[in-house]
Amino acid sequence: MIQYIFRRLMYTFPLLLGVNILTFFLFFVVNTPDDMARMQLGQKHVTEQAVSKWKVEHGYDLPLFLNTERGSFNKITETVFYQKSIKLFAFQFGVSDSGRDIGADIKQRMWPSLAIALPSLLLGLLVNIFAALMMVLFRHSYLEFWGVVACVVIMSISALFYIIGGQFLFSKLLKLVPISGFGSGIDALKFLILPIVISVVSGLGSGGRWYRALFIEEVEKDYVITARAKGLSETQTLFRHVLGNAMIPILTGVVVVLPLLFMGSLIMESFFSIPGLGSYTIDAINRQDFAIVRSMVFLGSVLYVIGLLLTDICYTLVDPRVKLL
Amino acid sequence: MIILWTDALIYLLLISVVSIGVLLRNHDGLKRPLKKIAANKSAMVSMIILLLFVAVGLLDSIHFRAEGQRSSGVISVLDYCTQPLWHHTEKTYSAPFSAYLYSKEYITQEGGHQIWAFPRLKFGGSHLTHPELEKTADVLSLLMTGLSKGLILCLGGLGLRGVFRGKKSEQVKHRYRPGFVFITISILILGVAGLIELSMYYHIFGTDKVGEDVFYQTIKSIRTGLVIGSLTTFIMLPLAVIFGILAGFYRGWVDDIIQYIYTTLNAIPSVLLIAASILMVQVYMANHPESFTNLESRSDLRLLFLCLILGVTSWTGLCRMLRAETLKLREMGYVQAAKALGVKPFGILFQHILPNVMHIILIAVVLDFSALVLAEAVLSYINIGVDPSTYSWGNMINGARLEMAREPVVWWPLIAAFVFMFVLVLTANLFADAVRDAFDPRRSQYGQ
Repeated sequence: MIQYIFRRLMYTFPLLLGVNILTFFLFFVVNTPDDMARMQLGQKHVTEQAVSKWKVEHGYDLPLFLNTERGSFNKITETVFYQKSIKLFAFQFGVSDSGRDIGADIKQRMWPSLAIALPSLLLGLLVNIFAALMMVLFRHSYLEFWGVVACVVIMSISALFYIIGGQFLFSKLLKLVPISGFGSGIDALKFLILPIVISVVSGLGSGGRWYRALFIEEVEKDYVITARAKGLSETQTLFRHVLGNAMIPILTGVVVVLPLLFMGSLIMESFFSIPGLGSYTIDAINRQDFAIVRSMVFLGSVLYVIGLLLTDICYTLVDPRVKLL
Repeated sequence: MIILWTDALIYLLLISVVSIGVLLRNHDGLKRPLKKIAANKSAMVSMIILLLFVAVGLLDSIHFRAEGQRSSGVISVLDYCTQPLWHHTEKTYSAPFSAYLYSKEYITQEGGHQIWAFPRLKFGGSHLTHPELEKTADVLSLLMTGLSKGLILCLGGLGLRGVFRGKKSEQVKHRYRPGFVFITISILILGVAGLIELSMYYHIFGTDKVGEDVFYQTIKSIRTGLVIGSLTTFIMLPLAVIFGILAGFYRGWVDDIIQYIYTTLNAIPSVLLIAASILMVQVYMANHPESFTNLESRSDLRLLFLCLILGVTSWTGLCRMLRAETLKLREMGYVQAAKALGVKPFGILFQHILPNVMHIILIAVVLDFSALVLAEAVLSYINIGVDPSTYSWGNMINGARLEMAREPVVWWPLIAAFVFMFVLVLTANLFADAVRDAFDPRRSQYGQ
């Protein structure tokens, strides 16, 4: 088991290196640091001095891969690639283009993101599974037909509509919850309810369909027929046997996104002005702060890879049929 | 005549789809699934509505130079057809079917004294002398005119159809009975005719902040949505198909490398990858202004880049599916037999593997389309979508969302964009479901 996990861990390293090189290529080779400096300083009438001053201030004045002016080991360390890209592996994100410490910002902002993303995920999962089970329980009936129709309609509506409409209805007209913002402790609850409800509703369409397809595939298997034959009611078969067996794909699907919850949701956080990592990223994109976007790309990939690792471990724990190679 | 990049690609796509259709028209394996789709009523209704959207998008993809029109002087055939819509610009917001402006102004009356009131619109309802009294009757009569024009068209179509049918069926009664498809088309024609008639005299979806007709904007946005949905798959398909099949067929180090590439790309959250790429494109465009001389080609290239980036980020899912399917297929008896008979690997790939994964490709393409249309709106909202000067539903939503805080609420640009987007995505979803049910061998018994 330990050996297996260790081997999976080793496999993640080339992956992250690939991500790292790809982002480095995207951010520094497609456009040179000079281009970035000109963009940041405004397009017209930028003097050479201003460009080089900006580069020195932000640490982009070093050569990209190899610093021939330095001796021995420093040839590699005193480069943009080492300073800006390799250091990400140690979670040293450096400072943003506006001069703030990115690492500290991330530590502070990941908790509000989690506070909105985790309940959305869990509640959404519960609602989706329940809706799907109901559709399967009453299959070949009008309930299923209209359930499927409702799912298609729900998934055809833009997520932006749910957010704008929800804010307008519940916050502006009914004044049930504040339009946007965030508080600390129990105070945060009233800010969180609406975004959570909206994300559950907007995910119900595709989620409900997905789980329904999953359950229907299970229902046609042999063990269900056995369960019915030994006299179990349809509800008992569905909730005990089908749900139990379908839990494996459901769980593994959830585990892979669990670490990514820290990243938050871009549009939700920006609409409800929740100070999480999602709105942090959006702000960085709008301000064209490359340092932050680069850090978030790397952080996101690390979290995804952790998710993959957790999924592998989960498989071995949940499904006794999976043997460790 | 000016050919923009996306125009050329759209027509290239159209030509290739049509020629594939012609090539495969007598293919036996396609008859059953196509019959199944034709029997599915919701799929047929969806397809007809989708075809209307496609027609609008295609008309909007032929650009030519017309001096004196517009600042840039480049207009499309659709612009040419809808000239009254974009000539009728007002000062600022006005509600749908309103004859008055949204905000009050000082109006100088004949006597020379000024009053503080809602001014009349320059074009919307300007043919009325007393809008309060006449408007309802006028709207109804215009609607009737439009509907009757549409009805004449439909009846003419029915007659023509009957004449052509005459060769096949003998009974006159059968010949002139409208079928299901015909009724759908007729309803669509009636609706479009009514809308056209009304939009000549009113702003049926109101006007936006700078007084531009919202109905015109929503129609123009159709092209953007279609381009994003179709060109992205056009870019994604070769990557996914070639890599997926090669990985599954050759296994070994080829498989390892391809798996590594797509896992790496998958590891990066796609929104962030898109954001990073679009930022880089922006920097590139800002530093090379000489390559992007006019507004049209600039926003067009940005649209193309967006499709490219979306394509690069979205091929991994299909690639993985194709790899798994090819792994299964290569152990099949007929592939083994072909190998034993000495067929070259490329022969096996094209003759035996590719035709047998076609249903997966087709299903993935139609399923992706609606997701891409929805994604465009979200990306444009975070400013990493299409150029702000391009007409798109995302840009309309982005521009209008702050107006919900106004009093009275400016709701029409939002609702118009959402309704059009909803119709396109819903029909695409329904059609995609029908295609999946028809082509997926596993779904042949359950479901429909």
